[in-house]
Amino acid sequence: MLLNIKNLHASINGKEILKGVNLEVNKGEVHAIMGPNGTGKSTLASVIAGREVFDVTKGEILYNGKNLLEMPIEARASEGIFLGFQYPVEIPGVSMTNFMRTAVNEQRKYHGLDPIPSGEFLRMMEEKKKMVEITAKLTNRSVNEGFSGGEKKKNEIFQMAMLNPTLSVLDETDSGLDIDALRIVANGVNKLRSPENSTIVITHYQRLLDYIVPDFVHVLFEGRIVKSGGKELALELESKGYEWIKESL
Amino acid sequence: MRTENTSFPLSDKLINDFEVYQSDIKQNDTEKIYNIRKLAFADFLKQGLPTQTLENWRNTNLTDVYNETYNHYYQSPEKIEDIDKIFQCNVPHLNTLMLASLNGWYVSKDEALTKLANGVIYGSFAAALLEYPEIIEKHFAKYADNAKNGFTAINTAMALDGFFIYIPDNVEVKQPIQIVNIIHHDKNICLQSRNLIIVGKNSKLTLIHCDDSYNHQKSLSNTVSEIFIDENASFDHYKMQNVNNASTLINSSFFHLERNARICSNGLSLNGGILKNDNYVMMDGEGCETNIYGLYLMDRKQHIDNLVHVEHLHPNCYSNELYKGILDDTASGVFNGHVIVHKDAQKTNAFQKNKNILLTDKAKVNSKPFLEIYADDVKCSHGATVGQLDTEAMFYIRSRGIGEHNAKMLLMYAFADEIIQKISVEALRYRVEDMVKKRLRGELSVCDQCVLHCSHPEKEFNFEIDMTKV
Repeated sequence: MLLNIKNLHASINGKEILKGVNLEVNKGEVHAIMGPNGTGKSTLASVIAGREVFDVTKGEILYNGKNLLEMPIEARASEGIFLGFQYPVEIPGVSMTNFMRTAVNEQRKYHGLDPIPSGEFLRMMEEKKKMVEITAKLTNRSVNEGFSGGEKKKNEIFQMAMLNPTLSVLDETDSGLDIDALRIVANGVNKLRSPENSTIVITHYQRLLDYIVPDFVHVLFEGRIVKSGGKELALELESKGYEWIKESL
Repeated sequence: MRTENTSFPLSDKLINDFEVYQSDIKQNDTEKIYNIRKLAFADFLKQGLPTQTLENWRNTNLTDVYNETYNHYYQSPEKIEDIDKIFQCNVPHLNTLMLASLNGWYVSKDEALTKLANGVIYGSFAAALLEYPEIIEKHFAKYADNAKNGFTAINTAMALDGFFIYIPDNVEVKQPIQIVNIIHHDKNICLQSRNLIIVGKNSKLTLIHCDDSYNHQKSLSNTVSEIFIDENASFDHYKMQNVNNASTLINSSFFHLERNARICSNGLSLNGGILKNDNYVMMDGEGCETNIYGLYLMDRKQHIDNLVHVEHLHPNCYSNELYKGILDDTASGVFNGHVIVHKDAQKTNAFQKNKNILLTDKAKVNSKPFLEIYADDVKCSHGATVGQLDTEAMFYIRSRGIGEHNAKMLLMYAFADEIIQKISVEALRYRVEDMVKKRLRGELSVCDQCVLHCSHPEKEFNFEIDMTKV
């Protein structure tokens, strides 16, 4: 099992957001986590990635059998976890190229590898840019600075492709995307799918799941996963709405 | 209103020396210049050394500096032995015309003043007093205001050497001129130097001004620069400061701009015990443009105080100030920005910004951007920020596998980069990029940038200066 979340409780500023989440993800699987706003979907993604503002008060997360909660943020990334941000952060003054080169090399260092040769790195950049249809030159552009909403999300998938993660957690990657950008982003994710890696797609709407077809769908509600099923659960949710979940509880 | 006793060992010594060394002080002066010195001395007697009772010095405490005992020199050193070897700037591809001073005295293998065929004159201020008294009399103490503070007054009274650069009308000096001040002495030293820079009508000059120290003795350097930019002339100015923690630098620059003149000054402060940089800009004509930038990276107990005072006297002038600083440990910083838009200065554009990152709870900064506006048709803004590194950005960077330390470096460098990118001399910009990276990693020692190639400070050191480069 790649990821095993057991009875996870997490809070921010003393307010409990996650109230006992259980989730098992195997290699090669795509899981979708759906749910109304404010039920803890983004919190779950943040806790997996290690965002420090959240306190884990109970429970555990095992990743490849290791205790994930003891690892610093960057070690989780090097172990193969990637978080696609709902709101990618603008970092003026840090060029995309420098950012990615540093990230790739830090992850290589973690695994005892030498830095990537410059030519190889640039070839990889070009190849992955094509995959997510980024045409702009990234060399002189600061991370996410002046990017449109769609470009920011494409940039997340570009970074995912560069870092080749084992577990990708995509937090509302579809929000703010028009249909063309959505297709590009979803294509990117699909191309990166393999029997060796897994994806958790967090989304509010079923729409994204037409493009990234999940193996499992979970409904997160008030800090717990209250319902799990196959991809048909997403369609059922779409037609019946989240009120249906509330009523069925 | 001065209420406290302003007598310090340093001021007593300076006052005493003005009498005792009178013949040395006036040796190169015309009568007119010496009279200016006497008036300035009287100004100093009235004011004393600036203390925290003065608004512009409120957050910079120099009491320890004033109570220290220093050696003062009123004659240039006899001759520097064996100056033929190592003196060179180690910035690759930075092809400058280099002028150097040692402990405040101009050093050169050849004559003290060089006059080029195009009329450009450069060299020692002391020599210029003798050879070009008419130029000096026209400008000396005309822009530096002795009433501003005691340091300026006592400098006018007693500074004997420094740099003199004269660019006549209609000359574009393509090669930047680099002036290097080195402080190296085996005892505590107080030095006062005076620079006079004149850029004639329609002329252009780029000046790189480096303050370096070599050893670890205490030093106090009081430098006053008067810079006159004539009509349509352009002046680019870079000030690099990388001196030891026992050094106090008082740098006062007085810029006087005539109609349609422009200046761009960029102060890059990387090391120093106490740094006080005062920039006074007088835009005395229509259509002037002033850009003043500053970057300061301070740690340990270092202190920096930047003051920018800009006067808009006439319509259609532009001024822009951007200062950015990162303060670590218990370092402290001060920014005083003061823009005065006079009644007739309509259509003024004036902008002031100061941004700071404090890396610890004990680092501190006092920022006071201030606009004083008497005209009604103007566009002005001012602002200051003090903050920590952006935690969202930290998380974003770390989530890609970049460790906390390197994530911090990336963010700090990104913050500094805005000022570095204002450097238009490419070779200097690359060098500063590298130095700032090293500085942020804590790897930049004072010796790194020092033009003296001495990597073993404990070694006996002779002044070996390659005069082919000077």
